[in-house]
Amino acid sequence: MAAADWASRFRPNLARRKVWGRIWFALFMLAIVVGLAGLVILVMRVLYQGAPWLSFHFLTDYPSRFPEQAGMRSAIFGSIWIIGLTGAFTVPVGVGAAVYLEEYAPKNWLTRIIEVNISNLAGVPSIVYGLLGLAVFVQLLAMGRSVLAGALTMSLLVLPVVIIASREAIRSVPSSHREAAYGLGATKFQVVKEIVVPQSIPGIMTGTILALSRAVGEAAPMIAISALVFLTFVPTDPLDKFTVMPIQIFNWVSRPQEGFRGIAAAGIIVLLVVLLTMNAVAVYIRNRTQRRSEE
Amino acid sequence: MTTADSAEMTGADTALKVRNLNAYYGAFRALKDVSFDIPRNKVTALIGPSGCGKSTLLRCFNRMNELIPGARIEGEVLFNDENVYHPAIDPTEVRYRIGMVFQKPNPFPKSIYDNVAFGLRINGYRGDYDEAVERSLRGAALWDEVKDRLHESGFALSGGQQQRLCIARALAVEPEIILMDEPASALDPIATLEIESLMRELIRDYTVVVVTHNMQQAARVSDKTAFLNMDEDRAGYLVETGDTHQIFTNPADERTEAYITGRFG
Repeated sequence: MAAADWASRFRPNLARRKVWGRIWFALFMLAIVVGLAGLVILVMRVLYQGAPWLSFHFLTDYPSRFPEQAGMRSAIFGSIWIIGLTGAFTVPVGVGAAVYLEEYAPKNWLTRIIEVNISNLAGVPSIVYGLLGLAVFVQLLAMGRSVLAGALTMSLLVLPVVIIASREAIRSVPSSHREAAYGLGATKFQVVKEIVVPQSIPGIMTGTILALSRAVGEAAPMIAISALVFLTFVPTDPLDKFTVMPIQIFNWVSRPQEGFRGIAAAGIIVLLVVLLTMNAVAVYIRNRTQRRSEE
Repeated sequence: MTTADSAEMTGADTALKVRNLNAYYGAFRALKDVSFDIPRNKVTALIGPSGCGKSTLLRCFNRMNELIPGARIEGEVLFNDENVYHPAIDPTEVRYRIGMVFQKPNPFPKSIYDNVAFGLRINGYRGDYDEAVERSLRGAALWDEVKDRLHESGFALSGGQQQRLCIARALAVEPEIILMDEPASALDPIATLEIESLMRELIRDYTVVVVTHNMQQAARVSDKTAFLNMDEDRAGYLVETGDTHQIFTNPADERTEAYITGRFG
């Protein structure tokens, strides 16, 4: 067909199409601005309120009735205890469960039910885990309101996420590497130990750190376990009582004195710094391994 | 003639005897009654159209195929007159005595040295590792290119070098047979020729079985050729086997002739 009558068969209306493009572009921009603005306002407010109260003694002192003397020492150490023990519990169990599901479990309805339920467990509200921990660890197993009960409760909360992240990491190990190892006479366990697990460690670490960094900020389950104790000592034993940063912040926020608002904001800043640091480490590990696998 | 033409071959010259081999994936029959012999210290090529079961057949020789969920094998593969599918035989043992090289180079994300040493380590090698790694790399014609950078990542090598690294890795555990599944199909022409000349060298000490979809390659590199085709149910069967020269110049079966002259496949 001749090019001359092209205009009679098409109506390009380019101008209108471009306007539509610009309208949608503006809407997308608006979405990111709304999301970001909320975050920026929040952070600015916290910084404005809390920065004057930040000092070295705030990190090293115990809580006090006087805002000028209050510090986070017991909360920081409590959080370190909880996260350390939670990591120690969840990594072996989570990786073991993921290895079983990916490498050993037969693919049948039972394992599919297990898989679906692990995903569902990852979405259960954290307070539910807190109440479960209160009933099982604190009362039934008579651990009291201890670091151990808190860490076990937090482990229940984190475990599904660690299993899911580990399974994804294991699944991303190329099957050609498994085959190569089998082809050299490796047993199933040797393939898992020498090929699958070493290659999925970066992914497992990234997922675990992200899961733990969420756990650091969780207040609800810890309120159920630790109650709002006013601690002037650092736990030295897994059966000691404890408090964690979000509980300490919650405690300060609910005080009537004006000074504690500032102290609470300062506590939030410390918590945010911890969270951002953990996330940065996770991102760093991920980027480093991505670069290596692209070589 | 649809079965082995070399059944009279004596045991000493035969590396593998395939007898009535059937392979299934679930209900699907991938191989139908395949029987033939693979001569020792020769290159045997398996050729045939895509999907005819060449790779399945190859992977049956060292019991790799049963790693695929749903895969099932009937029949016998006699290796030194022992059926590798006998219930008393451990598939793991079959796999280190019959090595494998895959279509795409698949070195481990480890150093060149550790790639070659991997099979030694998992199989409890008691000798000198440095010596065994060097011997394997020399056997794969890679030593001179990598001897100064043994501790660099295997990924730092070119595609052809990676494939030779995989061959070295297979040689390290001292197999008797090396199975190669389209070992050059992911490589450029020069690297392909290097792999092909390496195959000719390997048969001094090993038996090589190679799957290839490249007929020139089969003609260049192999001593014996087995031509597989598939029937209307997509089940692979053996059409004929014979000396490569005879298969390519004077095939006994008209389907073989049609395939090698490029009329189908």
